[in-house]
Amino acid sequence: MNFLLTEDQLALVDSVSNLLRDKCDPLQVHKVFNAQGDAQFDRDLWQALCELGVPAIMVPEAYGGLGLGMVDLAIVAEALGKAVAPVPLLGHALAALAITLGGSEDQKARWLPLLASGEVLATVALCEGKGGWLPEAWTLAGPSMTGVKTLVPNAAEADLIVVGTADGLALVEKGAAYTCARIGSADRTRPIDTVTFDGAAAEPLADGAAATTRLIDAAAVLIAADSFGGADHCVAMSVEYAKMREQYGQPIAGFQGLRYQLVAMALATEPSRGLYWYAAHAWDAMPDKASHAASQAKAHLADTYLQVTRDTVEAHGGIGFTWEHDTHLYMKRAMLNWAWLGSPSRHRLRAADLAGW
Amino acid sequence: MELGFGSAYDAFRQEVRDFIVAHWPPADGDVKSSAHERAFVIAAIERGYMHRSIPKAYGGSEQPSDIVKAEIIREELTKARAPAGRIPGNGLVVPTLLEWGTEDQKQKWIAPTLRGDIVWAQGFSEPNAGSDLASLRTRAELSPDGSKWIINGQKIWTSHAHKATHMFCLFRTEPDATKHAGISYILVDIRQPGITVRPLVQMTGQKEFSEVFFDNVEAPADMLVGERGKGWNVTRSTLKHERSGIATMTWSLSMFRDLVKLAKEVEIEGQPAIKHPRIREELAAIEGQLLSLTYSTYRATSHDVHDREIGSFQTMPKVYMTELAGRISKLARDIVENDFIDMGGERLKWIERFMISLSMSIAGGTSNIQRNIIAERSLGLPRDKTQEAAA
Repeated sequence: MNFLLTEDQLALVDSVSNLLRDKCDPLQVHKVFNAQGDAQFDRDLWQALCELGVPAIMVPEAYGGLGLGMVDLAIVAEALGKAVAPVPLLGHALAALAITLGGSEDQKARWLPLLASGEVLATVALCEGKGGWLPEAWTLAGPSMTGVKTLVPNAAEADLIVVGTADGLALVEKGAAYTCARIGSADRTRPIDTVTFDGAAAEPLADGAAATTRLIDAAAVLIAADSFGGADHCVAMSVEYAKMREQYGQPIAGFQGLRYQLVAMALATEPSRGLYWYAAHAWDAMPDKASHAASQAKAHLADTYLQVTRDTVEAHGGIGFTWEHDTHLYMKRAMLNWAWLGSPSRHRLRAADLAGW
Repeated sequence: MELGFGSAYDAFRQEVRDFIVAHWPPADGDVKSSAHERAFVIAAIERGYMHRSIPKAYGGSEQPSDIVKAEIIREELTKARAPAGRIPGNGLVVPTLLEWGTEDQKQKWIAPTLRGDIVWAQGFSEPNAGSDLASLRTRAELSPDGSKWIINGQKIWTSHAHKATHMFCLFRTEPDATKHAGISYILVDIRQPGITVRPLVQMTGQKEFSEVFFDNVEAPADMLVGERGKGWNVTRSTLKHERSGIATMTWSLSMFRDLVKLAKEVEIEGQPAIKHPRIREELAAIEGQLLSLTYSTYRATSHDVHDREIGSFQTMPKVYMTELAGRISKLARDIVENDFIDMGGERLKWIERFMISLSMSIAGGTSNIQRNIIAERSLGLPRDKTQEAAA
């Protein structure tokens, strides 16, 4: 048994974390979060992550990628979640994965090198209506695509959208007949659009139908990893604050009521690290267990993250309820993680189905 | 990452299985016989399957440390329902003797303990010394000629006292010293006049614990382990040997499997409870927690094997499992509904588990004490002021 990260994986996380420390400190995140008008992402930070090879992690080496696995991508997603990094990795990495899994040779050769380098920005359009996240609910169809997809990350900036369709997945390029309306998403670190297709030219992915479930599972793992990173940071932030903040002449960390709240947060968070690792590892190495593990990880971690952010506000008192503090950045990121790809309840019922209950 | 044990270990597992098949169950089928159990344990020690970390000189099998092998042995013994050679009290006293005992004490006590010829019970808690163990008051006084300890007082929550031949105890030997400095760790043969064992009936109706009264009980002076007045330090090694993460996880897994079985068996409104959306969803939520515990335990074990720091999870399994067991037993309650109040009915096991899950929040350090440990050791919060003042 060897359930631990390799030296290479530890080095990868280190390099991403160092970059985030330099270029994604809380001040910078607040600056991006507070930009006037529609939510934006941090283009300098994204450029730096592209130079480091982050979008190339799971792209096969033959197409200019690093040819690594889901564990590698997930531990990077954890680091980005920890820093509430305002970058479009979620949609972009999933789009690249969709093409890797379902694209023809030509489709892969055309798009993957551009996605791996970050020259082209891509995203995925999955959900229809309020909760139609899974392939069974997808109705849009090409080659001339009409209909609406909701909660699409960074659609307005994307050069390429991978759309979930009635019979698989399809590529829609920028300039085709669609419009994006940015919603007033709580989470301004990852802008979200409603995309209305109106006879847009769509090119099916050759083997798209076979890729949809793998794509959903990958999305679930990435949300789980981001959630773990955020929750873990919230625990650390609350603990640090409790050690520093003084009332009644002593650090509030000395008061048992607060201590037990902090312990409850840590107990909810730390053990779920193994759950998201397992889901990522199952995606890479145990295909028959991957969907169940992914849904369990997404459900458990999205729930945990949101609750931990509420606890974090409580642990900070008044300062934690202000716009200037970091707490709301995390809570709002947790809100998107809770809703995006479907609520914890939907994923638990999916896991129950998959368990054969 | 690799979750399996690897082919070298598969071969080892097969060896263990072959050994067990050859020795258990015994030829005459009498699995309750203590003579058979003793013979099995001795054979397993000879093969290197039990008491692996203990030197041969003291009756152990002295094997190189290998957590994975230890886990495989444990799994296979459990599967075959074979004796595990593990008597709870014995597992606590042996590491203490190894660390603190004199050569004579090691020679005299360890080997018969490993064979099960001596059965130990723990005498720590007292009616007024629970979580605040160091406030214990049972006195041990050295006789004027220095040859023996004379002991008076009372211990409580002593597991399996009626099966025990000996107790390892904490007694107050230096009444004038400060709280922690006045305690000594002393071994007592409890087959003597002056000892009264009175079983406590638990809320489940079972009698697992006893009160033990000491009325001028005697222990030879050389039954003192470690230095006089240093018993508090001696006992720290006992407490740290009490927990194993993998055992915690396996226990939870088996309780969850039972819960799924129950949810398939019992019907709610004409269909199996497991099809009921609320039951189904809660079952999946519990499974999410269980998978978290399972794979964080694998992670912790792997880190241990490869000498990497486990991190803050280390202090968490006990209270995590306690909370999980409570949640499991509450869902079982929701599934069995009316049967939940019938202690003469077919769901007694789940009623007992509903209660036993509470005992987990008390025994071996209450959940609140566990939370204090997590706060200090994992979160690095300053030590609790009230405990400091008392110490």
